[in-house]
Amino acid sequence: MELRVEGVEKGFPGTSGDAGRLILGGVSFAAPDGGIVCVLGPSGCGKTTLLRIIAGLERADRGRVTIGDRVVSGTMREIGYITQETTLLPWRTVLSNVELGLEFAGVSPAQRRATARRCLELVELAGFDGYHLKQISGGMKQKVALARALAVEPRVLLMDEPFAALDAQTRNALQEVLLHVLERTRTTVVFVTHNVDEAVFLGDRVVCMTAQPTRVGKSVEVRVPRPRDRTGPELNALRKELLAFLAEQRLNSRTAPVEADLQPPGAAAGSPGTLPNEARAK
Amino acid sequence: MVSGGRWRFPLQLAPLVAAGLLWEAFGAAGIIPENRLPPPSHVLSGLAEMVTRGLPPGSHLLGHCVASLRRVLGGVVAALAVGIPLGLLMGRSAWLRSLVNPFVELLRPIPPLAWVPLAILWLGIGDGSAVFIIFLGAFFPILLNTVAGVRAIERGLIEAAIILGASRRELFLKVLAPGALPATITGVRIAIGVGWMTLVAAEFTGVKSGYGLGYMIMTARDIQRADQIVAGMLVIGLIGFAMDALIRAAERRLLRWR
Repeated sequence: MELRVEGVEKGFPGTSGDAGRLILGGVSFAAPDGGIVCVLGPSGCGKTTLLRIIAGLERADRGRVTIGDRVVSGTMREIGYITQETTLLPWRTVLSNVELGLEFAGVSPAQRRATARRCLELVELAGFDGYHLKQISGGMKQKVALARALAVEPRVLLMDEPFAALDAQTRNALQEVLLHVLERTRTTVVFVTHNVDEAVFLGDRVVCMTAQPTRVGKSVEVRVPRPRDRTGPELNALRKELLAFLAEQRLNSRTAPVEADLQPPGAAAGSPGTLPNEARAK
Repeated sequence: MVSGGRWRFPLQLAPLVAAGLLWEAFGAAGIIPENRLPPPSHVLSGLAEMVTRGLPPGSHLLGHCVASLRRVLGGVVAALAVGIPLGLLMGRSAWLRSLVNPFVELLRPIPPLAWVPLAILWLGIGDGSAVFIIFLGAFFPILLNTVAGVRAIERGLIEAAIILGASRRELFLKVLAPGALPATITGVRIAIGVGWMTLVAAEFTGVKSGYGLGYMIMTARDIQRADQIVAGMLVIGLIGFAMDALIRAAERRLLRWR
């Protein structure tokens, strides 16, 4: 189902006299039905806040999020959500964790067990049904989380740096599992990451955020057929382009508070290495 | 594990046995006077007498144990029935917390025994007021630990369950209650300890049925049987130890996932 984010703004109230801070300054993008959109941005740019708004966990100050023709106004089963930190229930086994959403949906025990097993197979975790979470690795936990989210057949899956805490090899393996799964389920995905490699490998589109207040600074379609070659020339070129954009954002965010009254914008770009510190010292 | 398994229990028992032997020897040598602290051999024979003849005669030890156990369990179960649901709700709702907390903080420092006069006024002398007093002692540890347990559950777990479609009821039963369980069990262990302390003291003030370990100890005092006073204390210690062992066994089973 198509997901549209339209002009989403979000600020945090200031404390004692401070006017508060605008985190999201009007974010707009769309994820077509079955598409994978990677949201890439410098850390602290409000990516998680954005995803929480899409998930219905937080309210936008302005703007709206729609899936299909429905406006998101709270959490709903059609929208799955996976985070970096595991949110699995540690007192449940792998299988009964995957069954959780089906339990809430009132599915019969036999049927939800069958569905949960199928989902575990899909993420290549068959045979781990009775394991407790303390017995499995971080990568496996994220697979369980993926299986749990998929079990209720969401139309949109939101992923907030789900593989960020994993080592590079596990991360690559999970990216491939994810693509393989999505080929089958055709779920629309919004995948937030700060990792350029991950974004260009996974995304049909990569949406780049600016520094705060965050807006979409750049949106690139990745026209590379899958399976993609991680180190092939197409992805490398794209990577270069995106890294350059991110570097520019980093620079802007450092100089932003002072450049308004101390420096003309052109001067900041001229000597990127030293200027931010000098400007701060003044 | 070398220290665990087969040898753990004997190893734990050895120092106790050694202390007992030492105590007996000191008694026999006259270092500990008999009328201050009778030696273990006298305590054991006093204990045997309480089993066979009873104290007062006819009121056997088992009857005292059952009566006291019933009161403790009655009070603790009542505390669980109120403390867990209220604790789960308070853990989740800041509003309810700020409503209830002033009452909790005002009532909690009052020793349960200070309620004895009121309990007797309201419920008369008997099991009703004993259970009520134990309830008061057991309630706060269970409540406060459950509240803390709920608040320690990571927000992400709760949000994930909500996104997956948990109803309010399901959230409480399938996420908050099991998530708070380790803390709740700690509360129950404290509650049972407090329950025994309170109970024996409450029974000192009188019981109607003529049964109860506290009552039994007071009877021993009245007839100046130091051996049976100590024997009664020992019985309470053993029951408390056994109950805590049971809870720890249950804890290991319930919290195997940890």
